[in-house]
Amino acid sequence: MNVEFIIFSLVKLAVVVGVVQGLVAYSVLAERKISAWIQDRVGPNRTAPPFMKYVPVIGPLLTRMGMFQPLADGLKFLLKEDFTPAGVRTIYFWLAPALAVIPAMLTVAVIPFGSTLGAQKMVMADLNVGILYTFGIVSLGVYGIVLAGYAANSKYPFLGGIRSSAQMISYELSMGMSVIPVLMIVGSLNLSSIIGWQATNGWLVWYSPLSFFIFLVASFAETNRLPFDLPEAETELVGGYHTEYSSMKFALFFLAEYSNMVSSSAMMVTLFFGGWTLPFWGLDHPATTLLGGVANILVFVVKMLAFMVLFIWVRWMFPRFRYDQLMDLGWRRFLPLALLNILITALWLWVRTE
Amino acid sequence: MSITVNRKALTFWERLYLPAIVGGLKVTLKHAYSTLIQRKLVTMEYPEQKWTLPANYRGAPYLVKDQEGSTKCVSCQLCEFVCPPKAIKITPPGSTGQTADRANAEKMPKEFEINMLRCIYCGFCQEVCPEEAIFLLTDYSITGNNRAEFIYNKEKLLSLGGVSPGIQKWKHKLEEAKAQDTFPVKV
Repeated sequence: MNVEFIIFSLVKLAVVVGVVQGLVAYSVLAERKISAWIQDRVGPNRTAPPFMKYVPVIGPLLTRMGMFQPLADGLKFLLKEDFTPAGVRTIYFWLAPALAVIPAMLTVAVIPFGSTLGAQKMVMADLNVGILYTFGIVSLGVYGIVLAGYAANSKYPFLGGIRSSAQMISYELSMGMSVIPVLMIVGSLNLSSIIGWQATNGWLVWYSPLSFFIFLVASFAETNRLPFDLPEAETELVGGYHTEYSSMKFALFFLAEYSNMVSSSAMMVTLFFGGWTLPFWGLDHPATTLLGGVANILVFVVKMLAFMVLFIWVRWMFPRFRYDQLMDLGWRRFLPLALLNILITALWLWVRTE
Repeated sequence: MSITVNRKALTFWERLYLPAIVGGLKVTLKHAYSTLIQRKLVTMEYPEQKWTLPANYRGAPYLVKDQEGSTKCVSCQLCEFVCPPKAIKITPPGSTGQTADRANAEKMPKEFEINMLRCIYCGFCQEVCPEEAIFLLTDYSITGNNRAEFIYNKEKLLSLGGVSPGIQKWKHKLEEAKAQDTFPVKV
């Protein structure tokens, strides 16, 4: 533990957190824009700081793209009245948003978002138990939501909290089971070595497509996205667990949801789509030059953004599942399927080594 | 008592959800393509683009002038009487006030105010007006910074209303009167 290590770690931390937060802000914009396109609309295209109209060409273009909308949204959340309803359990009411955000941000720590940049490995914590750590942290995320539902002391948030606890625990099981074949094939829990394995042997999605499918669906459920957004379910529960929240506390739940989307996309890219590698252009091995390192990071970010778009796109495809259907899907379809997948993979590995 | 609804059992493919997923992907992609590439939008960018309104659109009521530029309103106050939200306020000239700006017209309003905040665009004033002096035109976005700005006075209403050619009762009366003068009277 030397000074250099601490400095580089802090820099990486600041950059990654900054990038993730920026991604969150702009994925809200992407969500609004893509939703608009799918619904034959235009989407946000007006918001701009007043001086933007004096900037030729670029100013109007950025305004049309809605590039300043996230700034306005953020400002709105900061300036809104932070209202605490009379009947809430105050301590938990204040604690819940923090508990929702912290796990969402922590998961990014173990994800290798690039190979090397100079002498630095582009991962904040190269844990040997990377996947276990992620699952451990992700399962903490449910506390924020459940606590929010409980603390609000109102029936809709309560229902939302209950639904979310059941849903997230159920799908976490399928999610964990779905990753086991990956670990069996690679033989390591370290995310960097999983990527290294994929660089030489090809992406894991070709080896275990069923794992990927189950992981994808389970991550939709874990991030409370449609078609599994039962904890929020505007049409049924007003706003679900965050009904009673306003201002920045509400924004934190929002932030948590989108950070979860970012980290699940990153996990999917890492586990199944080769992380920062591409099978061509010489991007399949750790970069030796600075430019190569940047290229690796860009590959990772582009893959991740593709998954973010998928998350947003899927939102407009399906109606919400009914609660019993959700449970049926989680426990009676995906769990046996995941177990079967483990068995098949084990058999395959056994046959191959014989 | 529970009621059992007989539903058709789902087929194997339907239970897999996969055909539905593909269908959903197709529908959403089609819409995104038509919006993004073909630019087929169902919405309008309002302040820049506006609807083409039909001629009989019931917008804000304004006073109109006839083809010779004279005020049609004769201050009969029928519109003020019929106005359901009491948005119209007419000040008649009174016995000593200014007379009409032309011959054979009875009188002219001294002041004519419509409170656009009260107006409900019902069109009763237009319907009741015997002189065809007030019309609901196509203005639908009335804006202002304070309440006083929404009270439109006579000049404003006349300038916004423009010219509406039509019958000119006073002229007709003038011709009638002239005809009376030369009416062949048999003694």
